[in-house]
Amino acid sequence: MKKLKNSHRAPNYNLIWGCVITSIMVLMIVVSFFWTPFNPDAMSYAEKDLAPGGAHLLGTDNFGRDIFSRVMEGAGTTLSIAFCAVAIGASFGTVIGGLTGYFGGAWDEFIMRINDAVTAFPSILLALVIVTITGSGRTNIIFILGILFIPSFARVVRGEFAKQRQMDYVKNAKLMGVKPGRIMFVHILPNIAPVLLSAVAIGFNNAVLAEASMSYLGVGVSQTEAVSLGRMLLDSQAYWMTSPWQALSAGCAISILILGFALISEGLGTRPMWRPTTKRRRKQHA
Amino acid sequence: MLDVKNLTVTFNDDHPAEAVRGINLHMEDGETLGLVGESGSGKTVTAMTIAGLLANDSAEINGEVIFDGRDLLHCSCSEMRLVQGKDIGVIFQEPMTSLDPLMRIGHQIEETVRLHFKLKPEERRSMALEVMRLVGLPEPDLTYKKYPHQLSGGQRQRAMIAAAFINHPKLLILDEPTTALDVTVQAQILDVFRRLNEKCGVSLLFISHDLRVVRRVCKKVAVMYNGEIVEYGDTEDIFTNPQHEYTKQLIAAVSAGRRTHV
Repeated sequence: MKKLKNSHRAPNYNLIWGCVITSIMVLMIVVSFFWTPFNPDAMSYAEKDLAPGGAHLLGTDNFGRDIFSRVMEGAGTTLSIAFCAVAIGASFGTVIGGLTGYFGGAWDEFIMRINDAVTAFPSILLALVIVTITGSGRTNIIFILGILFIPSFARVVRGEFAKQRQMDYVKNAKLMGVKPGRIMFVHILPNIAPVLLSAVAIGFNNAVLAEASMSYLGVGVSQTEAVSLGRMLLDSQAYWMTSPWQALSAGCAISILILGFALISEGLGTRPMWRPTTKRRRKQHA
Repeated sequence: MLDVKNLTVTFNDDHPAEAVRGINLHMEDGETLGLVGESGSGKTVTAMTIAGLLANDSAEINGEVIFDGRDLLHCSCSEMRLVQGKDIGVIFQEPMTSLDPLMRIGHQIEETVRLHFKLKPEERRSMALEVMRLVGLPEPDLTYKKYPHQLSGGQRQRAMIAAAFINHPKLLILDEPTTALDVTVQAQILDVFRRLNEKCGVSLLFISHDLRVVRRVCKKVAVMYNGEIVEYGDTEDIFTNPQHEYTKQLIAAVSAGRRTHV
């Protein structure tokens, strides 16, 4: 009993570290909106290919641009694309998954088969195909990734809604004559929040990776539009032997971003901490 | 007020089963009717049908359920929603799981008010507080803001009663409302029902397998066995002078149980 109690109160290190890492990255990005150590686009032949250290924290690239400033701005671009894509995917996915999961029936089957069809293609591949039709650029990428993320959210939300639909409190709300829309979004949605937020964190991961890969393949954010981490990787690969810090900086920035979200998602998934029934259930088992 | 005529419910699964076979019930305003029987006797199915909860399932329903001159079996979903929670309140067996774990008690109690009346939040709140006092929830102002896991089983059941009763319905359908509670709490909850019946004149359709509980609350009782009503009349008559063999066995079972307890 005592052991159980303690384990319940043990801090959720995954969540804490995930939040710390993500906050640092977000803070850095927010700062980059107002201030960067150097102008990320200012070139200087004299300071070309400088190794990390001194005034340039992460060194400079082949045009003499400060890599740290570029990472700050690039992370912002990548994260904002990820944010918008996840927002589109999560909101449409929640509505579609909620409706199909709650009502079930023929529409549920139909929409889920479409879902399967979309999921069957690797999302990057599908994104590449769409990009060749629509053209690249920041807005296009956001919409393409957003649409491609809808099925995964819809699937998660659908499963949870189908589960919650059977719960007594939902039956009871129906019985009191509460309208379906209110049951779905006022009663059920808060109860699936832990699962949904976990899915959102994973979605962030996938979005960051997808944006980076697409930019790396040259179909993402264009060079003139903005700095992005994937774009930096692409530009730096030719200089891997002479100035590896270029590629390493961009690569590490991507990894750290993803690590933060992965830890958050892990922390949310392992322990749905604000689901009030958990404590009681544990006590009963003990 | 409530007239159930020749109600038959058949479940069309792989093996079609008649859960309820042609039962008749009649309730006046303010009447208390107990529906007793063993598990699987069809009492819950009867109640669910009256409350309109079976409508969309795989059950085939025949007969009439006339409530205030309207046949509930032929109402559309939206018409049914107007009756549910306003004229008919239903309370389930499981107070532990019937409340939304992430919604404050007060807001759950107000839920049906929100549906049927356009009121300001403060007015809704005062209605909720009033009904919470009526069902005996302690410190309504504080309890209003609590979540279900912060209440005891008995308090949750009181909250459920408050939610079902806030619009002062004409009929409360109670499906084993005290089964999940321990005996002392049971007695308190039964008192709440009796008080609501006496003070506010609400009719109670009380479903239970426990004859003693039914005897405490209901003036009339219907004994169900295998989907049929085998005995129907005043509670005291049936207890003192049971006619049907099954009723005799039920009463004998309770007395035997009591003897061993004492």
